[in-house]
Amino acid sequence: MEARDTIGAFGARGADRPLPSLEAPSPRYGEKLIKALLGAAAFLSVITTTAIVVSLLIPTFDFFTKDDIGLGEFLFGTNWAPTFEPSSFGVLPILVGTLSTSLWGMLFAVPIGLASAIWLSEYASPRQRKLVKPVLEVLAGIPTVAIGIFGLVFLSPVIAEVLPFMVNVPPFSAGVAGLAIGLMIVPIIASISDDAMRSVPSGLREAAYGLGATKMKVATRVIFPAAISGIIASLVLAGSRAVGETMVVLLVAGASPNLTFDPGSSVLTMTAFIGQTATGDISTGSITYDTIFAVGSLLFIITLALNLFAIRMVRKYREVYE
Amino acid sequence: MVGDTGLSNDPTEQLGLAGQPNEDGQLHTEGPKEDKGLTRQIAVTRETESGGDIWAKDKVFEVKDVTVSYGNKAAVKDVTMDIFQNEVTALIGPSGCGKSTLIRCLNRMNDLVSSASVDGEILYHGQDLYGPKVDPVQVRKMIGMVFQKPNPFPKSIFDNIAFGPRVLGMDDIDDRVEKALRGAALWDEVKDRLDDNAYGMSGGQQQRLCIARTMAVEPEVILMDEPCSALDPISTGKIEDLMAELKEEFSIVIVTHNMQQAARVSDKTAFLIVELDATEDNRWGQLVEYDETGKIFTNPRDQRTEDYVTGKVG
Amino acid sequence: MAAATGGGPGTERTRLASSGARAVTLRQLSTQPRADVWKGNIFLAVVLLAVTLALAGLAAIILQAAIEGAPAFSTKLFTNGPSTINPEDAGFRPALIGTLYLILGVIFLVVPLGVAAAVYLEEYADGERWWNRTVELNVQNLAGVPSIIYGILGLAFIVRGPLDLGFILAAGSLTLALLVLPTVILASREAIRAVPPSIREGSLALGATQWQTIRRQVLPAAIPGVVTGVILAISRAIGETAPLLLVGAATFVTFNPTFTGDNGYSALPVLIFNYASRPQEEFRVLAAAGVIVMLIALLAMNSFAIWLRNRYEQQW
Repeated sequence: MEARDTIGAFGARGADRPLPSLEAPSPRYGEKLIKALLGAAAFLSVITTTAIVVSLLIPTFDFFTKDDIGLGEFLFGTNWAPTFEPSSFGVLPILVGTLSTSLWGMLFAVPIGLASAIWLSEYASPRQRKLVKPVLEVLAGIPTVAIGIFGLVFLSPVIAEVLPFMVNVPPFSAGVAGLAIGLMIVPIIASISDDAMRSVPSGLREAAYGLGATKMKVATRVIFPAAISGIIASLVLAGSRAVGETMVVLLVAGASPNLTFDPGSSVLTMTAFIGQTATGDISTGSITYDTIFAVGSLLFIITLALNLFAIRMVRKYREVYE
Repeated sequence: MVGDTGLSNDPTEQLGLAGQPNEDGQLHTEGPKEDKGLTRQIAVTRETESGGDIWAKDKVFEVKDVTVSYGNKAAVKDVTMDIFQNEVTALIGPSGCGKSTLIRCLNRMNDLVSSASVDGEILYHGQDLYGPKVDPVQVRKMIGMVFQKPNPFPKSIFDNIAFGPRVLGMDDIDDRVEKALRGAALWDEVKDRLDDNAYGMSGGQQQRLCIARTMAVEPEVILMDEPCSALDPISTGKIEDLMAELKEEFSIVIVTHNMQQAARVSDKTAFLIVELDATEDNRWGQLVEYDETGKIFTNPRDQRTEDYVTGKVG
Repeated sequence: MAAATGGGPGTERTRLASSGARAVTLRQLSTQPRADVWKGNIFLAVVLLAVTLALAGLAAIILQAAIEGAPAFSTKLFTNGPSTINPEDAGFRPALIGTLYLILGVIFLVVPLGVAAAVYLEEYADGERWWNRTVELNVQNLAGVPSIIYGILGLAFIVRGPLDLGFILAAGSLTLALLVLPTVILASREAIRAVPPSIREGSLALGATQWQTIRRQVLPAAIPGVVTGVILAISRAIGETAPLLLVGAATFVTFNPTFTGDNGYSALPVLIFNYASRPQEEFRVLAAAGVIVMLIALLAMNSFAIWLRNRYEQQW
């Protein structure tokens, strides 16, 4: 072919140019250094976790050995009075306090959150969605101290007026604290469940509509079961958030370590105990200091279990549909 | 020979050129306007009959017993073929036959898939492409690639072309951009809007921009993975015309599912099929026949090739 | 799609979904349409009620703070320091400046670290390797660790313990940074993942190195998403109170804080909390006014983030 001998627009690279090397012209140390630095930044998360565990464990270990509190006494004791004389370190009252406020919160937030998710994913027009979802995100971003204040100065008096059994010792009440927590976790449930429901392949939805199913049935019997692992994940994450919430319970739940699920009662939660006790300048190594970490360890273990479970569920639905 | 600067915009003329292997120029006058593919096939066959040794050219790639697997599943097995300089080599076959997998091995794009592994040997000008000291980045500098869907960067037209030369530390960026755009027959269409975002171009223009982008780094080989499958016939025609010119400067390997396209643009064609094992649980691609394009389309050796090119299967 | 081909974890889901679809069909053929219409309408009404309640909750929080705090809303909030006895003249100045410094510190720490970790996890990490899976699991879990636990970490590790910074503003900043870092990483990963692989392929096929591809193609394309995520994460840090209680954000600091000054610092949400937990009505009003200041800042940041996201959403 004569054409090959001619020099075209890119003639500089003709057929008989010297054979270039396939080896790297330089060792590219810069590239490797950058990868190492980026990897180190990612590894910081492992360091953080380790640091959390270590900072919790050492004083907790002291709590059980140096301060000589029995594990059985701690886990199953029904009297929480760490700063009184005689002191008592039964964690059950504040554990139940935590469970109580979380439970009341979930009771309020689960139906509302799930219904909102169903509306967002199955009923809302794209325009409505685009409006409502960010508003819910704003709600998720409201500082919990603001929600706590709202609970204390608005919800609590109003509820005491309407449902007196909900507030035994105004203005403090586990049920009202739960309600405020519920307000805080609704967006978590709504947002993650909505994502899970929307990631159900539209083929499934169309098939069901094609068979003549109503919107409600498609939503509750096709989409909901198909998205169940994502929905469960949203509930568990919300639960974890409720258990770990501090400011709302500090403001609204009161400070009495009552071993009860009564929504009208004032309770002390694990987080409230930590927040309330650790504010003062307590000295390192004192029994009060160690108690904070022992309670912190228990709280960390509970939320860790919930988080790991939720992460598993999220992975499950991602594996299926993505 | 006509059009050696390759900037004509008359498609028929260029197609004539693409199928222009003869010495007497006779076929050129027979009218490439009627059936370009057919004209071309006859031309190639005649050349072979007249004794031109078409297998004695410089080899770019020597693919030897190559098997590519994802995890432990082979996607394509035991391919052996040579790819020649300044030719257009087409890989055709039904979907799932591994032709895209194969072409992605030629510039080590398969490295990006962590589960992919290549057995066998691929020599590039005699050097092992998968040798221990070989740097994939260096490989891709010399062996460029154009993808199935146009994938311009979300930047201006100018920056799309300039990106490659800039990261490779080349100079005279402005000149290179103009040259590449002219080479891809795109200059006249975009010279007044070089600062516009490339996403505003039509699909065909975007794909030619991607070709220009590849040319701007002056590779030796351009791999094209179904470059026209997302384009309309007119854009396809323009890109086919372009290929005919490009092979003067570059060696081109093209994957296509469009047999007419392979017949129109390529010098040699490899036909791959999907092979199933007895239980039909595993499927992989296999090379059936590799020959001059004319021969593949008019007088294939293998019955399966004939069934495919005549449209009996596939 | 895994669900369609069956096998593995998809089977269960597919079974559930298809049995759901079958149940719908069977029921559809046997019940009366009129009843279905009614049920559907009631269901929609319930769902709408729920959405309304959620939105009303948000509106109520904002309105309540606005109404309650309005009387105290004046420039004094920004110019005066706190007071234990004189609510009329009390303000938030040192706390506002404290929060500003805290957040500046958080941004300074979290943006480079978060983006770097996200780039590593999305672009470099081989997800099959156990160490990368460990990192990934850690990030996901840390995002869900209660903020008070970060307070404990800050107290035991940063204020005292190995770092031993003391109760200084920088310690608070560092604690908050660790708290929002996982969120920033997760958000940045989403943004980076949204850049189509074809962009990376196009760049690599030109002979660009991996880092050149990331720096010049992937990151510029991901910036709007990253910025959105960072703003949302930072706005979360502004309102965080619990961990600051543990790392020394004292309430009655009357002077402007510095990063390393060891005579205390204050933060807006901590002071709000303190005012709110006092019995006197005047302090509650002051707290509500502080909430308004905080909410205005947050709403502005959130709106900007959402605007940014919508502006760049349909890029590909």
